[in-house]
Amino acid sequence: MSPHPAPLDQHDLAPGDEQISETIASGVRGYLVGFILAVLLTAISFYVAKSDLLWGPGIAMGLVVLAIAQMGVHLVFFLHITTSPDSTNNVLALAFGVLIVFLVLAGSLWIMANLAHNVMPDQMQQMMNMQG
Amino acid sequence: MSDVAVSPGTDPYRLGHHPHPPGHSHGHGHDGDEATGHGEGGPASKRIVVAYGFWIFLLSDIIMFSAFFATYAVLVDATAGGPTGQDLFGLTRVAIETAALLTSSFACGLAMIASQVRNHLWTQIGLLATGLLGLVFLALELQEFAIMIAEGAGPARSAFLSAFFALVGLHGLHVFSGLLWLGTMMAQVAVKGFHPRILRRLMCFSLFWHALDIIWVALFTVVYLIGTTS
Amino acid sequence: MLGKLTWAAIPFDQPIPLAASGLMIVVMLVVLVWVVAKGYVPYLWREWITSVDHKRIGVMYTLMAMVMLLRGFVDALMMRTQQAVAFQSQGYLPPDHYNQIFSAHGTIMIFFVAMPFVIGLMNVVVPLQLGVRDVAFPTLNSVSFWLAASGMLLINVSLVVGEFSQAGWLAYPPLSELQYSPGVGVDYYIWALQISGAGTLMTGINLVTTILKMRAPGMSYLRMPMFCWTSLASNLLIVAAFPILTATLAMLALDRYLGFHFFTNEAGGNMMMYVNLIWIWGHPEVYILILPVFGVFSEVISTFSSKPLFGYRSMVLATMSICVLSFLVWLHHFFTMGAGANVNAVFGIATMIIAVPTGVKVFNWLFTMYGGRVRFTSPVLWTIGFMVTFVIGGMTGVLMAVPPADFLVHNSLFLVAHFHNVIIGGVLFGAFAGYTYWFPKAFGFTLDERLGKLAFWLWIIGFYLAFMPLYVVGLLGMTRRMQHYDVPQWRPWLLLAAVGALFILAGIVAQAAQLWVSIRDRGRLRDVFGDPWDGRSLEWATTSPPPAFNFAVLPNVEDEEPYWGIKQRALAEQRLIQEPDYEAIEMPRNSPTGVVTAFFTTIMGFALIWHIWWMVLLGLVGAFATFVVFAWRDVDEYEIPAEEVARLDRERRRLREEALATLRQPA
Repeated sequence: MSPHPAPLDQHDLAPGDEQISETIASGVRGYLVGFILAVLLTAISFYVAKSDLLWGPGIAMGLVVLAIAQMGVHLVFFLHITTSPDSTNNVLALAFGVLIVFLVLAGSLWIMANLAHNVMPDQMQQMMNMQG
Repeated sequence: MSDVAVSPGTDPYRLGHHPHPPGHSHGHGHDGDEATGHGEGGPASKRIVVAYGFWIFLLSDIIMFSAFFATYAVLVDATAGGPTGQDLFGLTRVAIETAALLTSSFACGLAMIASQVRNHLWTQIGLLATGLLGLVFLALELQEFAIMIAEGAGPARSAFLSAFFALVGLHGLHVFSGLLWLGTMMAQVAVKGFHPRILRRLMCFSLFWHALDIIWVALFTVVYLIGTTS
Repeated sequence: MLGKLTWAAIPFDQPIPLAASGLMIVVMLVVLVWVVAKGYVPYLWREWITSVDHKRIGVMYTLMAMVMLLRGFVDALMMRTQQAVAFQSQGYLPPDHYNQIFSAHGTIMIFFVAMPFVIGLMNVVVPLQLGVRDVAFPTLNSVSFWLAASGMLLINVSLVVGEFSQAGWLAYPPLSELQYSPGVGVDYYIWALQISGAGTLMTGINLVTTILKMRAPGMSYLRMPMFCWTSLASNLLIVAAFPILTATLAMLALDRYLGFHFFTNEAGGNMMMYVNLIWIWGHPEVYILILPVFGVFSEVISTFSSKPLFGYRSMVLATMSICVLSFLVWLHHFFTMGAGANVNAVFGIATMIIAVPTGVKVFNWLFTMYGGRVRFTSPVLWTIGFMVTFVIGGMTGVLMAVPPADFLVHNSLFLVAHFHNVIIGGVLFGAFAGYTYWFPKAFGFTLDERLGKLAFWLWIIGFYLAFMPLYVVGLLGMTRRMQHYDVPQWRPWLLLAAVGALFILAGIVAQAAQLWVSIRDRGRLRDVFGDPWDGRSLEWATTSPPPAFNFAVLPNVEDEEPYWGIKQRALAEQRLIQEPDYEAIEMPRNSPTGVVTAFFTTIMGFALIWHIWWMVLLGLVGAFATFVVFAWRDVDEYEIPAEEVARLDRERRRLREEALATLRQPA
């Protein structure tokens, strides 16, 4: 049984569309695999945060890596964003979005950290934090 | 007169990756039109246009979140002598919230599969499960907010707490809007059945719901997990 | 019951705003009475207010921009006259009023003149150039427009009820925080921009989707006209930048309404984060405005030089590099904030790099003209005026991209002169070029050339007289936004600048006269064939004005210059392509969703400004209900029967055949 009425567009996929017209079983299997992977990654994240599995200062970095991996799992298994040529447009848009997100985050953090370092010597910053 | 006016039918730069068959019909792009999104075959079908537009919206929404994330990261140490994340965050609640939202996303996926095979009952059951789990998430989040405010750790206490409430609250607001949308979608499916228009909206809703999950992953990592590790 | 709203909100004690608002209300009432008395209401409702036709919506955007240009220009005129007289005296504008005027001037000119003007042009032209029947989401397009109108309405209501922000066009905290701006001015600013910003974001999504997913058959990316490319870049920037504006203003609103501490002085707030965030939006915003008009100039210069655009591919590359680079330079707006030399250097160098693709564009335009048979129509005059002026403005920009130099001129009138130099000499000249160029396509008759050229000369003379002196006083140390001053050396330059403003006023009068005369003489100026300039892209393939469906059959694109190719083949074979089989066309139905949504958002915005909470709820529920009702409708399209399509297209073909018979193939 084909869940799609008919392939409407050759060579183009909507975001969220699955690559091939699959059966119910394979559709459910896809979501199930994604779900299990997501649960696994979440569990590892929570475990890593509360254990000394990772070297202390590296925990944050490890958590970020795990989060990015889980976002990838969600994108592939839930949103069906893949690298196939037919979803080029979707992936390009995503790449543009990710680039902007990266620029906003990295740029702001760098600029503001640099500013704090320059105009607020450490003692003064501590004083600022003390007063309520 | 100009070298650009090439003879008809040639493709000097070989731009057509997917040459369309001769005699290809040129339509406006209704349901059932055959067309590609790469420009050689005319406008894409409505399904693709709608989903792509919504995809662009989601990306813009994620960029909005990035501004809140950046602000949170800049202000996270500006506690003004008030409580820190260490003092405030309880990971048990966050774990339950995460479980609720993840399962909700999974249920949403199952509802989509049911809608693709036009199964009314299972679509509604799936959507209902999605919504109920979303409600659980929202209730837990509101409870957390209420406890914090009662402890005097409200958003007006420090810049850190302002950024926390705004970031987490914005995600909560999205979940709330998603629930409103979900309610209208269930009503539409019940009354109007699986019209192509309804199916397109369901697809957009599922994209929205899954995207909220992605943001939550970033959120529990950056705010709660990193915020409670010393 | 009515929150902070009392009779004290009406400025009975201030003669200038009272007179201005009184005049505005009278004008609006007269127009309203005239419309009702003439029985135009049903027509307006049916054909314009509820229209989802991209051409109509584009025209309404442009009209809104032109009306608001008058409002913004009156503010400018008041500032110039104030600074002309306020030498060692208080002038005629008290400080709190003067502050409102410069804040309103900047806000209006960017958000309600420049934005709607370029969005209007994109709306009218992009679907036509792509050879399709409408944008991707026609009803959403109408919602976008009406949200922009809602924001515009709020900002004008501030003239009558309450006050406008005194915190400059970007409302920097801590000045814009509750502590220092306790009035409703900043709230008007926030909600007017939030509402119109939501509309702009929807436009961005709409046009990106249109350009990427809806093009005539055969129109691959590298066959799109330059204006579509620059529109794509501009709308990508809207999608990427406007959410950040929304976020930033939302944080400021949380500070003001709920006592949050994002940008306050106390409790750890960091006002520099606001400056950082607002410019992450603000710098791309500059390119959102300028990129589409780069496209306009490309179209104009290639059409009137009767040559293909020189270096089309380098132009595409330059456009897309600017699109990305514009997100890497925002810190140059606040070099003096106190960041270290390394941060300033990185952003300074990035800023200089962005001048490279812009330079590529200027040379491409020059080489397009080189060896061409240039027709010096008024759009070409605007283009040449732009090239000269924009290069000057660009060079002062590169000068300020050097951080140490910026430290000297930061916050001075030198900066004010620079950004007026690029925005007037770039965006506005381009908008006027596009307005003149595409006017016949939208209305079926051309604009009067004589008055158009007069307007150009008055504008460009006025511009140089008004803003070159500001560079000088800037270097003499005059800071911006001064209500009065005591330095005698500045005086002559400011008087000269005031004279320049009067020239610009004359230019605007000439433009109004041009519109009036052109409508009066429309019989003489009629564009019969739909291709008045010997155009090269698809908008000239259909009639002027185009039918609701734009193209009876979507054109088949076989060349880089789609319509030029069709025209050359027709000329060579001395006949049009064979008559196609006409089919019925389904078009989206008109919908009041946009205007009803905007009605509720206006109520909501006004209630938020005045803290009338029950009304906020009413507006929210109303807007949600409108969407549900819209979602519930079953019939969203109507059909234009094949016979009607055939009748309209045969008429077009008859006119084209006539034109073909009179034309000889150019050598």
